Amino acid sequence: MAGLRFIREFRDPKLAQSLARQIAAEVDPNRTYRFMEFCGGHTHAIARYGIPALLPPNLRMIHGPGCPVCVLPPGRVAQAIAIAEQPNVTLCAYGDVLRVPARKGESLLAAKAQGADVRMVGSALEAVALAEANPQREVVFFAIGFETTTPPTAAAILAAQAKGVRNFSVLCCHVLTPSAIMSILESSEARRWGSAQLDGFVGPAHVSVVIGSRPYEFFAEEYQKPVVIAGFEPLDVLHALLLLVRQVNEGRAAVENQYTRAVTRDGNRKAQALVAQVFELRKTFAWRGLGVLPYSALRIRAGFSEFDAEARFAIPAPEISDHPACECGAILRGHKSPRDCKLFAKACTPETPLGSCMVSSEGACAAYYHYGRFQERSAAVEAEEV
Amino acid sequence: MCLAIPAEVVALLPDGQAEVVVGGTKQVVSTALLDEVAVGDYVIVHVGFALTRLDPEEAQRTLALMAEWQTGAA
Ligand code: SF4
Repeated sequence: MAGLRFIREFRDPKLAQSLARQIAAEVDPNRTYRFMEFCGGHTHAIARYGIPALLPPNLRMIHGPGCPVCVLPPGRVAQAIAIAEQPNVTLCAYGDVLRVPARKGESLLAAKAQGADVRMVGSALEAVALAEANPQREVVFFAIGFETTTPPTAAAILAAQAKGVRNFSVLCCHVLTPSAIMSILESSEARRWGSAQLDGFVGPAHVSVVIGSRPYEFFAEEYQKPVVIAGFEPLDVLHALLLLVRQVNEGRAAVENQYTRAVTRDGNRKAQALVAQVFELRKTFAWRGLGVLPYSALRIRAGFSEFDAEARFAIPAPEISDHPACECGAILRGHKSPRDCKLFAKACTPETPLGSCMVSSEGACAAYYHYGRFQERSAAVEAEEV
Repeated sequence: MCLAIPAEVVALLPDGQAEVVVGGTKQVVSTALLDEVAVGDYVIVHVGFALTRLDPEEAQRTLALMAEWQTGAA
């Protein structure tokens, strides 16, 4: 069928089996391997294709904080709701964002039900088009995500500027992958438990398409952690795990690129240039689960302040803590599994998410919830470790 | 949200846009982030933008590497 190239061949079950056998043959039975997949896209793929069931018991996957919805702090959601409730405002956001809980019972979807004009968009350019078509309204795009979604937001701001659209602005909550990886390697838990907790990283696929493989070289060198950038298909993940096992066995810590069909060392320079033109580093940004991290997010440059919803509405983000029993924070840092949360699949489900990890299909809790096989196998692996 | 997918470019449209097909479904995406793109290229599509072109030769190379273990040489 048209358009399935580059997909089907990377899902071949026979190849998956042989890669899995090769991993099983090469792991050292006398040690454990703990690899973190940073990216929510990988968490999703690992759950969807039942990859843990193909892995030897001493190779364990740990889910990282690379799900953009999961790291969005509730205060930022409350800020977006407050802006949406201003008169004459249309607030646009990507679909998953609408269901992220802020305070109890509060979300953009709930605000919409109460009459706020909240729209789901598939692209930032749709928000610009809405602004063009409705010059009497203030159209605000709630921009979240890692380096994959940042260049599209930059392109939308530049398009609005080029077209002279004056009623379009962006609530910029874009965050940076290297800062999140750094925080995991530097966290107090990591120090307390020793960095031996993690033996390597499966590097993000599409974040790396944009930033390239170079930014990870620092982690490999400075922290002696192997990084293998992998595509999102099941064969990609298995192939990357084999390369990680080899690095660990050989005592190496290098950046390797499994996803060469899309990722280069330098990344997408044009996208990077657009981002640099429109955005600059924030001194600090509060992440859900990871706390306040220095230089970990972007804001709109002063030259584009007319497109900056924070400047335009002067509504600050309140500080809101997570549901007290929600374990998202520990899950995002790789220290707990969704199974450890008392609310999992009880009070908290994809229909009634209490924490952000249950909202997006890339969140660890939602992935566990949707793919039963993964659920059982992971529980089994965890039981063995107790 | 990050689930970006490979899509085939089937037509170039004005205003830096292109029509792409994924698994039989047509979609219009922006090509503002790419230097050049041609009909027949495969691109990774994410939130309405083509993020990069896929390199068919590299894809073949990766598949060949993976196939090394298929013969049961282990
Ligand atoms: S199951 Fe729900 S409440 Fe528990 S950690 Fe996951 S998102 Fe938070």
